[in-house]
Amino acid sequence: MAKTKTNTEDYLRMYRQMVRIRTFEDNANQLYLSAKMPGLTHMYSGEEAVAVGICEALTTDDKITSTHRGHGHCVAKGAEFKEMFCELLGKEEGYCRGKGGSMHIADQSNGNLGANAIVGGSMGIATGSAFTSKLLGKDDVTVCFFGDGATAQGLLYEVMNMAALWNLPVIYACENNGYSEYTKTEEIAAGSITARAEAFGIEAHQVDGQDVLAVNELTQKLVARARKGEGPFFLELMTYRYHGHHVGDINREYYRSKDEEKDWKENKDPIIKFRGWLVEQGIASEDEIEAMNAEIKEDAEQAVAYAEAAPYPDQSEVDMHVYTDIKHALARDTA
Amino acid sequence: MRNITLSQAVNEALAEEMRRDETVFIIGEDVAEAGTPFKVLSGLVEEFGTERVVDTPIAEPGFMGLAVGAALTGTRPVVDLMFGDFIYLIMDQLCNQAAKAYYMSGGKLNVPLVLRTNLGATRRSAAQHSQSLHALVAHIPGLKVAMPSSAYEAKGLMKTAIRDNNPVVIFEDKLMYNDKAPVPEEEFLIPFGEANVKREGSDITLIGTSSMVQVCEAAAEILAKEGIKAEVIDPRTIVPLDEAALLKSAKKTSRVIVVDEGHQSFGITGEIASRINEKAFYHLDAPALRMGAMDVPVPFSPALEDITVPTPEAVAENARKLMSGEMIHAA
Repeated sequence: MAKTKTNTEDYLRMYRQMVRIRTFEDNANQLYLSAKMPGLTHMYSGEEAVAVGICEALTTDDKITSTHRGHGHCVAKGAEFKEMFCELLGKEEGYCRGKGGSMHIADQSNGNLGANAIVGGSMGIATGSAFTSKLLGKDDVTVCFFGDGATAQGLLYEVMNMAALWNLPVIYACENNGYSEYTKTEEIAAGSITARAEAFGIEAHQVDGQDVLAVNELTQKLVARARKGEGPFFLELMTYRYHGHHVGDINREYYRSKDEEKDWKENKDPIIKFRGWLVEQGIASEDEIEAMNAEIKEDAEQAVAYAEAAPYPDQSEVDMHVYTDIKHALARDTA
Repeated sequence: MRNITLSQAVNEALAEEMRRDETVFIIGEDVAEAGTPFKVLSGLVEEFGTERVVDTPIAEPGFMGLAVGAALTGTRPVVDLMFGDFIYLIMDQLCNQAAKAYYMSGGKLNVPLVLRTNLGATRRSAAQHSQSLHALVAHIPGLKVAMPSSAYEAKGLMKTAIRDNNPVVIFEDKLMYNDKAPVPEEEFLIPFGEANVKREGSDITLIGTSSMVQVCEAAAEILAKEGIKAEVIDPRTIVPLDEAALLKSAKKTSRVIVVDEGHQSFGITGEIASRINEKAFYHLDAPALRMGAMDVPVPFSPALEDITVPTPEAVAENARKLMSGEMIHAA
């Protein structure tokens, strides 16, 4: 079970993880803008307190499922910059040998069952992971991350029904960043999101997703209860995405004003808020925080440079990993 | 050797594998006390309990998705999809999630899952309970597809499927659940990708899948009386496909008809016929011929339904035309 976060070390790790996510995303965005990254990616910046607050309440054995906006979950669950940047650039040393890319990063060594490019696509997977835990008598808990947009998918209601019927140790974590791709959430979501979970008898909480301590404290309690068979639970984490739907969504004033973005960035930023609290509480000095930020920046830049220089997978890998027991899936067809 | 029904064979395979491996469980609609509408699973819940024979709400995408997650984390689910037609409901979980997890993760995550479902028309069940949709999933890299043609294959292929570390879809013909065949008492498995020569012949090769193997065997009987020696081959799994065995027979007989109950267009018959035409061209005396189900939704009226699927008489008639050198361009 995760330790209660009452000491300096834990607070500093939470801060560090949030800054690592922001720094990772700043570099990923730069790779896109400088045309060094194939394809697109979806930035997690602004939502760091959600992933970190939740994942800091989990052990390595606990599982998560992630989304297309998944870099934050991946970092928070323990992933390394080097393998992540390699994956974003399609390199052999990436977490998925370059076969998944930004939207499919999986890091099973840290219990990350993978990002998913189908909105809501991993809700069944997360529920099934919790089913395994119960069937095999283990005590791990699974957190299913998804966005407000995914609450429109029917799959959520099918699996919440089963999770509630069978008391599965799963926590449905809805990151409500206010936008379903290019549409305001209020235009696509009728009624209350938490009430939907409550209709299945699932205990649901709405929490300030910009407050890492609030997220962490609540998650710790729910994880402990889920381990004892009191799950499932539902969280609606109120947060905000700083970038567009993806890195290419730059001119977005038709659905969101610059003033609104400015207000969130200046007044509700989870990192600025937590940093202020750390200094105020005497947990870290401004100098110590600046040093930590600089070290993370340096780490990220080194990882980017490493990934840029790293080799692509050999072309012979194209038909590998289709089946576990057939090394090259196309070999048998070339008779 | 004793004779048991296809239904009993599937039941035995599941029971044996569940005794052998406690991570195997069954999940689906009315699988426990009801034992499914076809009664294939009767008795399993009594032995293994409701923890491992899990009745679900009527929520196919939900329980399929749940099974994918369970398989990713250390169990071996056998998903029961009551009718093959419902495969459309679970396509995202099967084709976007289960089929791709191993590849997308670069070999780190795998999905040892069996999806048990069925196919087959002529049960008077109309267009949404009669389809044979195996070509849809055979099209998706990452899935294996088994098509048992008798109780013997149903048992041996099911046991192999459960032990396979990849997602496997097994299509049973729902009209064959009560058909009996010799099945050994002792344990056996049938490896994937090994076709079975059901009947040897030298004049023409009839390749049939699932219940179409019986149709091909009946056609071969008719042809034998006319002095035409037909070879009948059952691929048993269409992914992986034992291409070598099919080509070997095609080269031997020089004429081939591929018979399958899926719709003919863009289907299994076209794929197999095309491979034979490409790879055995100079050994053939006629193009390999396709015989699938009519490209129409399955009709309810018996008068209409029965003419939509290949029959022994129709296969024999096409075989005669191929033998006589008459070129055929099937509609």
